[in-house]
Amino acid sequence: MNDIPLTHILFVSTALFFIGMYGLFTRRNMITMLMSIELMLNSVNINFVAFNKYLYPNQLNGIFFTIFIITIAAAEAVVAIAIIINLYRSHHSIDVEDAGEMKW
Amino acid sequence: MNYASYIAWIPLLPLAVFVLLGLWGRKYFKNSAGIIGTIVLLAITVLSLVTAYHYFFVDGKVNGVFQSIIPLQYTWLQFSPNVSIDMGIVLDPISVMMLVVVTFISLMVHIFSLGYMKGEERFSTYYAFLSLFTFSMLGLVVSTNIFQIYIFWELVGISSYLLIGFYFDKPSAVAASKKAFIVTRFADLGFLIGILILSFHAETLDFHTLITRLTTANSSQLISITSNSFLGASKLTWALTLVFIGGAGKSAIFPLHIWLPDAMEGPTPVSALIHAATMVVAGVYLVARLFPLYSSDLAALNIVAYVGALSAIIAAIIACTQTDIKRVLAYSTMSQIGFMMFALGVSRYGNEHGIGYTASMFHLFTHAFFKSLLFLCAGAVIHLVHSNDMKDMGGLRKLMPITHIAFLVACLAISGIPPFSGFFSKEEILSSAYQSNKLIYFVGVLTSMLTAFYMFRLYFNIFHNKESHTDLHHGEGTFSMKLPLIILTACAALAGFVPFSSFVTSDGTPHESHVDISFSILPVSLSVIAILFAARLYRKQNDLPDKIANSLGGLYRSAYKKFYIDEIYLFITKKIIFNLIGRPAAWIDKNIVDGFMNLLATITAKISALIKKFQSGKVQSYALYFFGGIVGLTVLFIYWWK
Repeated sequence: MNDIPLTHILFVSTALFFIGMYGLFTRRNMITMLMSIELMLNSVNINFVAFNKYLYPNQLNGIFFTIFIITIAAAEAVVAIAIIINLYRSHHSIDVEDAGEMKW
Repeated sequence: MNYASYIAWIPLLPLAVFVLLGLWGRKYFKNSAGIIGTIVLLAITVLSLVTAYHYFFVDGKVNGVFQSIIPLQYTWLQFSPNVSIDMGIVLDPISVMMLVVVTFISLMVHIFSLGYMKGEERFSTYYAFLSLFTFSMLGLVVSTNIFQIYIFWELVGISSYLLIGFYFDKPSAVAASKKAFIVTRFADLGFLIGILILSFHAETLDFHTLITRLTTANSSQLISITSNSFLGASKLTWALTLVFIGGAGKSAIFPLHIWLPDAMEGPTPVSALIHAATMVVAGVYLVARLFPLYSSDLAALNIVAYVGALSAIIAAIIACTQTDIKRVLAYSTMSQIGFMMFALGVSRYGNEHGIGYTASMFHLFTHAFFKSLLFLCAGAVIHLVHSNDMKDMGGLRKLMPITHIAFLVACLAISGIPPFSGFFSKEEILSSAYQSNKLIYFVGVLTSMLTAFYMFRLYFNIFHNKESHTDLHHGEGTFSMKLPLIILTACAALAGFVPFSSFVTSDGTPHESHVDISFSILPVSLSVIAILFAARLYRKQNDLPDKIANSLGGLYRSAYKKFYIDEIYLFITKKIIFNLIGRPAAWIDKNIVDGFMNLLATITAKISALIKKFQSGKVQSYALYFFGGIVGLTVLFIYWWK
């Protein structure tokens, strides 16, 4: 286990985070955007687990945080998908560019 | 008998009627409003008569002197331990006399209006306004406090405004009501400043305390108000003159009379009540109320006397030339009020020298009857002819016999022909003027001669002159219109026999008055000559009046144009005040005040136009700003914590 240093894991999580961010900014499909957000949340989860494992191996705080985040992400997905369904009903599209009325 | 048990009903019942009819009249009392108002008025007239009986014959006199009784008083606004505004009721000879006059004339007008205003769209509103006026006027006459009188003073002003502008769809009525309100309001500014000066030095607002403090020799208050002088007159003189200006505005005394003739735009019974019998004598009443103060300051008293006399003669001259019958009556009112004012002005305080005071109040009393009678007759005539102009009238004596007799009696009364009421009061005024000021006596005699002339010019033009060509489609008027005429005719004929000087005197001590026959010969014979002259000119249609008018030339024309006083006012307001004050003020308002606000608004609009682009409505750009912000903050914190 100790053969893999912390920085490797941080690299993976950073990469995951920015992939998610890229997806959030470039994709117009709201489902894809939601998936990108999930990616970003998971990168944070990886961070928490890794730091917990490497810095305080005899505590569980980071792991609890991760479980919280997973729960909240599930709830958030429900809300987001409800919004997407409503948007589809009113606009017949789930493209964010089509829902641009809320300006000025 | 305890006054406090019923006296408060006298002013409060009309107020209740005003609230009732004002709020629900148009919905529920559309036809019964007149009856409600009249019954309440009848009730308070009875109450007033009971009060007058008790005051004058039972318990008003203590040791032969009429006391001022305050049955009700409560402190309304307490400013300091010494100064408070009270609301109360005072009973003394003049206030009791005014109670009777106001309620009685108001009752007559209420009854007359039942017929005159019948079928009017805003019938209930009319009665609501009449009740408001009655309430305010009664509150005014019973005031215990100079500030209370000021409050009710403004209330009668506003009810007069409402009633003049009753036909608010007529532009001339709207203009007249505004004119009346603004002119009297302008005069009231003087009144207010006068009140402030008086109460500042006397340290009270209460009439009785104020008068006592400022007439007691060597009291600290009297010294403080007389030791200060401003522009050559003591502060007392200034204060009393300013109060008189307020009274002059309300009483249509020259040069603040310009609103009164225009006020005739209101319904005629209103003119009879407000602009002939009650409200316009409020100024006289005010001076009488403060008479002990005025009589202690001869300068102010002389102003009252000379302005009153000037007003009397000018109004009489103008009245001779007008053709609108209500305007003639308006100028005649102004002239008679001038009489009352100069009678106060030539009077002095005390038993022997106070004849003028008694005479003024007496004339107020008799004038209320015959002038309201004249106006009600004019109302009946206008009701029949549908015109105000005497050129459209003539020969009406056969068509309206009751009105004819009533008008004739009122004309004889106002001309001072014995034994009608005006004779007694006018003789008393003239004799008091004769004793103290010959110039004013001369003006008074001349005015009373002119009065006889223009009143009979009016009488002959309406009831004689050419033959009538009016079709008599609805008779002389309803019973409710005839009844007040008959009652008031009796009063106008007989009111002079009231032994007035044994009730109302300047210091409360009754004294015997006697008519000096030899003194009366000159004024009465002059009046008779004037009447005969008027009969010669106007009884039959002829060209003599035009010839005389032509030979008088400029004098006639300027009197016909009311001495161009309205034009002078217009010149001062439109040309001078508007151009010198109004226009610069408007420029500052438009360019500087508005400009500053517009500048603020423009800057805000520009900024918002700049930054509103950020709210694009695109979720992803919002997310980008969000991340940008986070990155920025992160960089900042790292930099700081380094």
